[in-house]
Amino acid sequence: MKKLINNAEDVTVEQLKGFGLAYSDIDVHFDPNFVSVAGGAKDRVAIVSGGGSGHEPLHGGYVGMGMLDAACPGQVFTSPTPDQMLEAGKAVNGGKGILQIVKNYTGDVLNFQMAADMLREEGIEVRNVIIDDDVALKDSLYTAGRRGLGTTVIAEKVCGAAAVEGYDLDRLAALCKKVNINGKSMGMALTSCTTPQNGTPSFELGEDEMEIGIGIHGEPGTTRSKIKSADEVTEILAGRILEDEAYTRRLSEWDPEKGDWVDVEVMDITLQKGDEVIAIVNGMGGTPLSELYTVYAKLAEVAERHGVKIVRNLVGNYITSLEMAGVSITLVKTDEEMLRLFDAPVKTPALRWGV
Amino acid sequence: MADASTGPDAVVTGPMIRAWIEKSAGVLAENRAYLTELDSPIGDADHGNNMERGYKAVLEKLPAGDDIGAMLKSVAMTLISKVGGAAGPLYGTLFLDGSKPLQGKTSLTGEELAQFFDDAIAGVKKRGRSDVGMKTMLDALVPAAEAFRSETGKGSDMPASLRAAAAAARQGMEATVPMQAQRGRASYLGERSIGHQDPGATSSYLILQALSDAVEEAAK
Repeated sequence: MKKLINNAEDVTVEQLKGFGLAYSDIDVHFDPNFVSVAGGAKDRVAIVSGGGSGHEPLHGGYVGMGMLDAACPGQVFTSPTPDQMLEAGKAVNGGKGILQIVKNYTGDVLNFQMAADMLREEGIEVRNVIIDDDVALKDSLYTAGRRGLGTTVIAEKVCGAAAVEGYDLDRLAALCKKVNINGKSMGMALTSCTTPQNGTPSFELGEDEMEIGIGIHGEPGTTRSKIKSADEVTEILAGRILEDEAYTRRLSEWDPEKGDWVDVEVMDITLQKGDEVIAIVNGMGGTPLSELYTVYAKLAEVAERHGVKIVRNLVGNYITSLEMAGVSITLVKTDEEMLRLFDAPVKTPALRWGV
Repeated sequence: MADASTGPDAVVTGPMIRAWIEKSAGVLAENRAYLTELDSPIGDADHGNNMERGYKAVLEKLPAGDDIGAMLKSVAMTLISKVGGAAGPLYGTLFLDGSKPLQGKTSLTGEELAQFFDDAIAGVKKRGRSDVGMKTMLDALVPAAEAFRSETGKGSDMPASLRAAAAAARQGMEATVPMQAQRGRASYLGERSIGHQDPGATSSYLILQALSDAVEEAAK
């Protein structure tokens, strides 16, 4: 393991310290750990997200004007605990409730649910919306379901702008769910990655091999093969996304009338000829930006061939997996509302435009 | 103490619950490497570390006194904030939901302890959207609760009933080996999860065995 760390146990706290010093308009809190926008939300819904560390800039890098109000980082690849979300929620609550955006990993889902229960006991209304856009997984009945990938970034951007516009909590939760069912992602790895605490790679991958359908916590993928060209890899990932059939699953959400968590059946879209999409070509952490442009060139061609129009794009490292080399592609079908909110001003460490 | 835990009026007392919690912390620390090893092929190789860290904090924060509900609620809140992953909220929910009707009680009858198991299991099922047969901690907990109720129903004393519960938990834990995981990170492995013992069922068994041992020692 070759890493710029001091002690493996201290990495999260040391990294947060540096993050706070680098961005003076973001407050960093310790024990419990969270980062929040200075001043919190004022008379509008607050948006909180979080997850294991190791995916930077997700989520702390998206805290700021027009996006998240707070982010709760867990230990590397480990979900944060509810006391973090409780304190973060109380710190940024603007009196209009809290939307928690949660990637679909069992630990994240459960910890954010407990946090919602605790915040509700404090008299704060909370909605959790789960992002599960990873088309690599087909089965929802016998697994924990599709994982959350790049659509999370779009959901945080779009919902952040909508909160600033004054959307109420229910409308904001509905919008977040709309982004989720319109988003599809798939990733691949050229190399594995190593968490500081384990010290050895999460999975072994030969020098001439690649893994398709990986998760962002070092979960192995769905298929392994000899390494292919950038064009072939892009064809595989984009092809799976563009041809993915409508996916039905049951997701847990809070029912304010019943006062309980309920399972709701959710079906996502299939991409059609004529659809307009926001595209992300995302580096997994160890792949140079230049290679991501090679992937984007092919993605643009594949999308055009399918009659799908890329109206906005992000090319870079947005949701990473430590030093893993590889790429994930995300396509989110967009409409007038989503596009307007995507274009709205944002000022965070990792996304910044219109200001 | 011996009189109170035998016969039809069998009870579990506050000091026994405290001994259970302390014993759990000890046995989880002893089995840290084992639990993490079980978690390596099908999870993310941290269950032993997380449970040891969680129970260490539990001991630091455990309130004084014999209030069983207060002790178990404290266990819940500490595990929730210290364990992380899926195990934190699941064990937290287990102790939180189980302890709700027990606030202020300094001893429990067999029926009250059976109810504790039932409430705890209902909470875990709901939080995890899971049930027996999915290769989770429920595969150890549910048979244990059933065995406990059946033994107390037969009029067995508390140590014997808890011994039966721990034995059933062990069998349930062993039964997870041939199962295909349907929940949590292990579920992504599909058939590759078969042949491995579930780390969550294992820690649940260890905790139930600790309860049996704690009550047995107090009854001596």
